[in-house]
Formats: sequence, structure tokens, C-alpha cells
Amino acid sequence: MDLTHSPADEEFRAAARAWLDAHVPRAPLPSLETEEGFAAHRTWEAELAADRWSVVSWPERYGGRDAGLLRWLVFEEEYWAAGAPGRVGQNGIALLAPTLFAYGTEEQRARVLPPMATGEVVWAQAWSEPEAGSDLAALASRAVRTDGGWLISGLKTWSSRAAFADRAFGLFRSDPGTGRPHEGLTYLMFDLRAPGVTVRPVGRLDGRPAFAELFLDEVFVPDEDVIGEPGQGWAIAMSATADERGLTLRSPGRFLASAARLRDLWRAQGSPGHARDRVADALIAARAYQVFAYAAASRVLAGARLGPESSMNKVFWSELDLALHETALDLLGAEGELADGAWSEGYVFALAGPIYAGTNEIQRDIVAERLLGLPKGRR
Amino acid sequence: MRFLLDAEQRAFADALHAMLTAADTPAVIRSWSRGDHARGRALWSRIAEAGVFGLAVPEEYGGLGPRPVELAVAFVELGRHAVPGPLAETVGAAVLLGDRAPAGRFLPGLAAGKETATVAAPTGYALDGDVASLRLLPAPDGLYLSTAAPGPVRRSLDPARRLTRLAPAGELLGTGAPYDRALTWIRLATAAQALGVGLALLDRTVTHVQQRTQFGVPIGSFQAVKHRLADAKTALEFARPLLFGAAVSLRPAEVAAAKLTACEAAYRTARTALHLHGAIGYTAEYDLSLWLTKARALRSAWGTPHECRDLVLTEGLQRG
Repeated sequence: MDLTHSPADEEFRAAARAWLDAHVPRAPLPSLETEEGFAAHRTWEAELAADRWSVVSWPERYGGRDAGLLRWLVFEEEYWAAGAPGRVGQNGIALLAPTLFAYGTEEQRARVLPPMATGEVVWAQAWSEPEAGSDLAALASRAVRTDGGWLISGLKTWSSRAAFADRAFGLFRSDPGTGRPHEGLTYLMFDLRAPGVTVRPVGRLDGRPAFAELFLDEVFVPDEDVIGEPGQGWAIAMSATADERGLTLRSPGRFLASAARLRDLWRAQGSPGHARDRVADALIAARAYQVFAYAAASRVLAGARLGPESSMNKVFWSELDLALHETALDLLGAEGELADGAWSEGYVFALAGPIYAGTNEIQRDIVAERLLGLPKGRR
Repeated sequence: MRFLLDAEQRAFADALHAMLTAADTPAVIRSWSRGDHARGRALWSRIAEAGVFGLAVPEEYGGLGPRPVELAVAFVELGRHAVPGPLAETVGAAVLLGDRAPAGRFLPGLAAGKETATVAAPTGYALDGDVASLRLLPAPDGLYLSTAAPGPVRRSLDPARRLTRLAPAGELLGTGAPYDRALTWIRLATAAQALGVGLALLDRTVTHVQQRTQFGVPIGSFQAVKHRLADAKTALEFARPLLFGAAVSLRPAEVAAAKLTACEAAYRTARTALHLHGAIGYTAEYDLSLWLTKARALRSAWGTPHECRDLVLTEGLQRG
């Protein structure tokens, strides 16, 4: 049992900290969920990438540092502690890239990953449909075979970042005749500006277009943009969602930084007793997530794979994020309802956490059935 | 960085688990609760033989310690089997005495399981003061060995925990050295015990809901049941790395955070276990009660939630 970083990892931490100290914008960027803010965050991605801090865990040939899971955790601790901007490239980096590393071709990796690392191409997700949410395998959008590729049609919804993003990835039904919902699905990447694509931005609670509906009418997707074998999309996507729920989507560093800011806010307000327990619990939960992640990373380095335990992560961090922000708004008192504060922006974002990336009810089903061995039943 | 138990530590846990399973601890606990300590003392000797108390005793006094990580491993298993007796207190006594002159007089006996020690908590109550051969009373002017008979036994919500007030004064064993280090070790052991209690409650409840049938199906197939168990599992699994992180650092705030989190997770699991067992879980005769009541008692032993949060807020937790 060893929780100390190697001297080389500490050097890496120091280098990351020094770079962030010199580069993190002094004033917060405009909201990521606005056109202006999206562009500013894209520029920030390019700045990160120019010095190879955008995707530290990737191989060097795609713009990374071959940093490994432990150093990625270290980088994230420094990144969020420095108050650096949210990552507009998150969906691509955390969800599509791991899928390409596992199932993509070398040609796809060489073509897709470098512009993802620089923010030149920002990716959106295209999973949910009006009738396929938690029951994702009920999806109806079609991919029909055509010369040299596929024609995709249908309606995708709640597509995060799609209002301003460049490309999207998701699942499409390529063989409707299997009789089994999880079969005959194909994992595709497509251009949001291709002929046949209509993007209708959807305002979230605060009105900002954080996601969009995608109307697809016979959009051509070349064969080179199919990930893995046609018809095998479900297995490929599920491996991606395990990554998403697990460490890579929400690193502990983010919550350690938020919890430290919450403690500072509490102290600045005179350490009021009504919030004391919740502030302490936020600090403890952030630390718990951190050491949980170090234990998981240690298991991965010892050859294990992160399976259904990722579902515990997702429930844990999404509830922690919400509790943190609710406590902060309570501490702000009557000013907590003002929409232009950093805590209110984070609060609106945190409200979505228990819903996206597989609702927390789906995660609890996975924990109960796959970790505890309880029988499947009606949802 | 390799934040994992090694093969030897896992084998130690497995060996303790096997030994305690064979020992039929529910029967031991019930005798202990009635004031019949014979079987409990026999089990105590076997726990000592396995090296558990020696983990808090330095090698020069016949121990193997200090080895806080192995101690946490062992106490998870002791909690999993709800072993009765002043277990954490004996660890605390070893640390209190190890910091003071009479270490050589007492520590070999503690490591070997020949002595059973209790320590008065700040409330004045000591666990199993009627059984312990060494009754330690930390006082502002020094550490005392309480030599007179302790007060009458008061029942805890956990029938296996027998609380007594120690007679004041007695033999002065040492002055000056602070009690914080011993408190940190007792708290660590208590946190580990609580985690073990929670894990056992979860295991028993998962088994129950797979066997219990209503409306023609196992109740464990109902989402309302599954989700409570998923939450219990998640709470326990996030307490575990905090516990071992605290064992590695032995920083008081880390240990306090682990104590609070493990006890809250165990208590939450106890509430779930009681509810999902239904009325049978509410009976004294059903063994589940042995763990249910301990989860409540450990929550306030050696550091209430309030005290643990205080340490976290004043000292802070490690960041990197």
C-alpha cells in the first residue's frame, strides 16, 4: 500500500503546475455553452495542445505525452486546482478517443485524434433518441448500405455540445432484421455540416444551447468512418460508456478543487454552522473519490480492467457534484439565485449529472446486478 | 504509487476470515453478551496467535509492528465477524503503553493475547472493563492503571458491548506523553471494524433478498430493493480506500475522515439490511441483530461524526 508518487511523477506535476500558472486565463472564459464561449474554449484547447498538455495520456504521435493513468490523475489535479477552463473537447477526448484506441484502425486514429487534441475538430455525442434514453438499445435511427458507405437517417437528441461542434459519433441500426435490439447496430462518426444534417440547438434550464437535436436525412457516411465491424456497435459503445462513467469523464481533481473552493467560501462567510457538516462531507467525499481512483488506477496497472465498478463512480461523482454546488448556493444566501456567478453556472451543469452518461438508476441496476449478483427484473 | 493490498496482506485477511468463520462467532457473541466470557477469551487467544495485536506492538516487545495497514486489514475481518471484546481498545493500550516507560512490562502480554486491555474513553466509559486485565485511564496529569474494581456494567445498544466506568487513580504509569497517537490508532481500528460490519451486513442482505420470494419472484429482482443495496455497496466501496489511505498516512484528519465515512456507510447499510430483511431482522434471535446493533454503537465510539468533521475542517485532508 503506497500512496506516494514517484519523483518522476512529482516532476511531471511540477511541470504541469508551472505551465498552468503561466497560461491559465486570469479571468474566466465566457460560458462554454455560448457561441462566443465555445470559440474561446476552442482557442484554449489549441493553447494546451501547442505545449502537449491537451491529452497527456495519449501516445506522443497523436499529440500526447504517453503519460499513463497515474500521471493523467496528477495532471487533472493540477489542472482543476489552477482554475483552468472547462474542456470543450471533453466528449471526444474522454469518449471517442478511448473507443478509437480500442477498436479503431490506425488510419482512423491518425486522421481523427490530432485535430481532436488541438480543438480544431470538436466532437458531439449522438446516442439518445426521443424513444431511446435509458433504454438506448431501442434506438431507431437507421444506417442503410450504399456504395462506399452508409446513409444515416433519423432523429438524435440531447446531443451535448452539438450546437457548436463539428462532428458527432453514435449508434445506428444497420440491420433491423435481427429481432434483438442490441444486435445490428453500427458505430459511426459523421460530419455535423454534411448535406442532410439539420442541427436544432436546445436551450438547457438557463436557456443556453448546451445540447441539440440532430435531424438526419440520408447523410452519407463513408466506410472509413465506421468504427469496428458493422453490426457490432453495441459492444463497442458499451466499452466506451464504461470509460465515460469511470475515471475519464470526471476526474477526482475537478471535485478536489471544487471542495477546496467550497471550504474557502464557507470560511469567507464566517464558517456558519448550518453548512459545516456539508462542507466537511464534501471535502471527505472528494478525497474518497481521489483515493478510490488511485486504487482503481493501481488495479489497472496490475492488469485488471475497470468493469461495472465504473457505475459506482458515476453515481458517486454526480451526487457529490450536486451536493457541492447546492451547499455553495446555500452559503451564498439570498444571492445564491443570481445566475451570473461561477457557482450558479456549475450548479446548472451539475443538475444534469445524475441524468447523462446513463442515469443513476441505470447505474444502480448495474451495481446491483453485476457487482452484487442480484437477478434481473423489470426496470 | 501502488495503492493495493499485496498478496501477503490478502492472504492474511483470508486466513483470519476462515478462522473466524470456523469459530462460529454468533454463539461467541451471545455468550459474551450474557457475561460468559470463556469462549470469547479462547477466540481472543487465537486472534492474538494470528498476530493481530502484535501489529500495534514494536518488535522489541514481542510484536510485529507498527503495521497499521495490516491492522486495518485484520480489523475489517474482526468487524465482518462482529467479534466481541475490547479489540480496538487493546490496540490503543499498546500504543499508549508503547509511548511510555512501562512498555516492557505490558506489551509482550498484549501482543501474545495474555492481557486484555481497555481504555476509558473521554466519556469516562470503558468497553468491557469487567473483563479486561488492564484498565487504562488517561487523565490530564498522566496515564493511570485503574486497579480498583470498575463500576457496574451498563448495557449498550449493542448487547455485546459492556460499558463500565473505571475507578479513578490507581497506579500512575507515565506522564507527559500525549494521547493523540493512541487515539488515532483506536480510531483507525474502529473504522476498519465498522467497514467489516457493513460488508457483512451487505453480504447477508444480498443473500436474503435472493432467497426471499414475494409475488412469485425473489425480492432482489425489484428495483426498489436493488437500488438500496447498490447505494450501500457504493458507500462501503468508497469508504474502503479512505480507510487504507488513512492507515498509510496515520494523519489524524485522514483517520477521522475514514472513521466517519466507514461508520456512516456501515450504519446506512445496517438500516438497509434491517429494512430489507423485514420483521425477521428486527428480532433478537436472528443473528443479523448482532451486526445491526454494532453498526450503531461504533458510529459514536472513539470519535463522533461531529468530532471527526472537526478534525477534517481544522487540519484539512491531503490534496495530492
